[in-house]
Amino acid sequence: MSFGDYLLFIVGAILVNNILLAKFLGNCPFLGVSRRMDTATGMSMAVIFVMTMAGMTTWVVQYFLLVPLEIEYLQTIAFILVIAALVQLVEIVMQKTMPALYRALGIFLPLITTNCAVLGVAIINISSEYDFFDTLIFSFASALGYSLALVLFAGIRERYVLARIPKVFEGTAIGLVTAGFLALAFSGFAGLVGH
Amino acid sequence: MALMKDFTKGFWDLLPPFRLVLGLCPTLAVTTSAENGYGMGLATTFVLVGSNLLISLLRKVIPSKVRIAAFIVIIASFVVVVELLMQAYVFGLYQSLGIFIPLIVVNCIILGRAEAFAAKNGPLPSIMDGLGIGLGFTLSLFTLGAIREILGAGTLTLVAKAGLAFNIMGEGYEPFTFMVRAPGAFVCLGCLLAVINYVSVKLDERKRRAQS
Repeated sequence: MSFGDYLLFIVGAILVNNILLAKFLGNCPFLGVSRRMDTATGMSMAVIFVMTMAGMTTWVVQYFLLVPLEIEYLQTIAFILVIAALVQLVEIVMQKTMPALYRALGIFLPLITTNCAVLGVAIINISSEYDFFDTLIFSFASALGYSLALVLFAGIRERYVLARIPKVFEGTAIGLVTAGFLALAFSGFAGLVGH
Repeated sequence: MALMKDFTKGFWDLLPPFRLVLGLCPTLAVTTSAENGYGMGLATTFVLVGSNLLISLLRKVIPSKVRIAAFIVIIASFVVVVELLMQAYVFGLYQSLGIFIPLIVVNCIILGRAEAFAAKNGPLPSIMDGLGIGLGFTLSLFTLGAIREILGAGTLTLVAKAGLAFNIMGEGYEPFTFMVRAPGAFVCLGCLLAVINYVSVKLDERKRRAQS
């Protein structure tokens, strides 16, 4: 692929096929941590870090372990274990070497194991038959897209705290409707990259 | 009697994904048609019942420090089983659910029930709990899928293979495609959640009035 192709690939992953709003991955933390801007940015950083690492690690596991041993059907079990172990490892290493970053991301790291976006991106990398470099780019760009949507959504949510919302819509219901309109805005990018 | 309560609480008191706000990703992603909705629900039910049973049988053996890892391995094994079964017997559904079948592993409903119920109760109540929550989830997904399909395509597909599909809106209906697209999923789920909230507020009021 040329540089232009990569650029389209990245824009496609961030805006057009946004992992959160177009592919519906990682919605539970999306609604859970978006009440305040600082938790949203913390989660975003943790997702960018772990998703990129997990994408690369699972690619290596798939092509150097599962395929040679012909046990591809164990993909789901292998990947979730790799991701869980990776999150633990990242937590320990970060605690020792980068205490400031660890304090900022600390509570979000364990939550990421059950963030289906991380496992989802790992599986998409394999099923789309990306090579290692594509995997790296796609994982990172998807994570950026996730962060963009999460931060925008947190910004909107902080505003409508002041609005008068019908009683039955309070909480998650109005959050979902808001996310729907955000998704509608993102679907405006659909024509940006040809399929 | 207690067993019956473990079973029925999944249909209203703990109805996922409305009462337990967990497992939103499959709820939003696969409910473009009624068939996909209940297919996903039944696959989840299978995994939930299996993992609940195994976890409750092993609850005294698993050390509490590594319990989450052990639960995830048990759940992942059942997901692989359901994945291979669906690939063999319902290939069409397997293809249309796609990536969301392996992602049942990270469906927080299943890990949530393992932690909150199966790890503390015996095998029989755990099966009933899994079955109730699973069927409640299936019912929710079917309802959401049916609403979105009827509004978005004008049809209702029960079993596509057997030709059990109905044209609800008639020939001249202009499909409201917003509903089957991504934004429609969020808005439709939000509105359905509001309806459930409204009904439960009304029910609570009636109960209070009956008591006083």
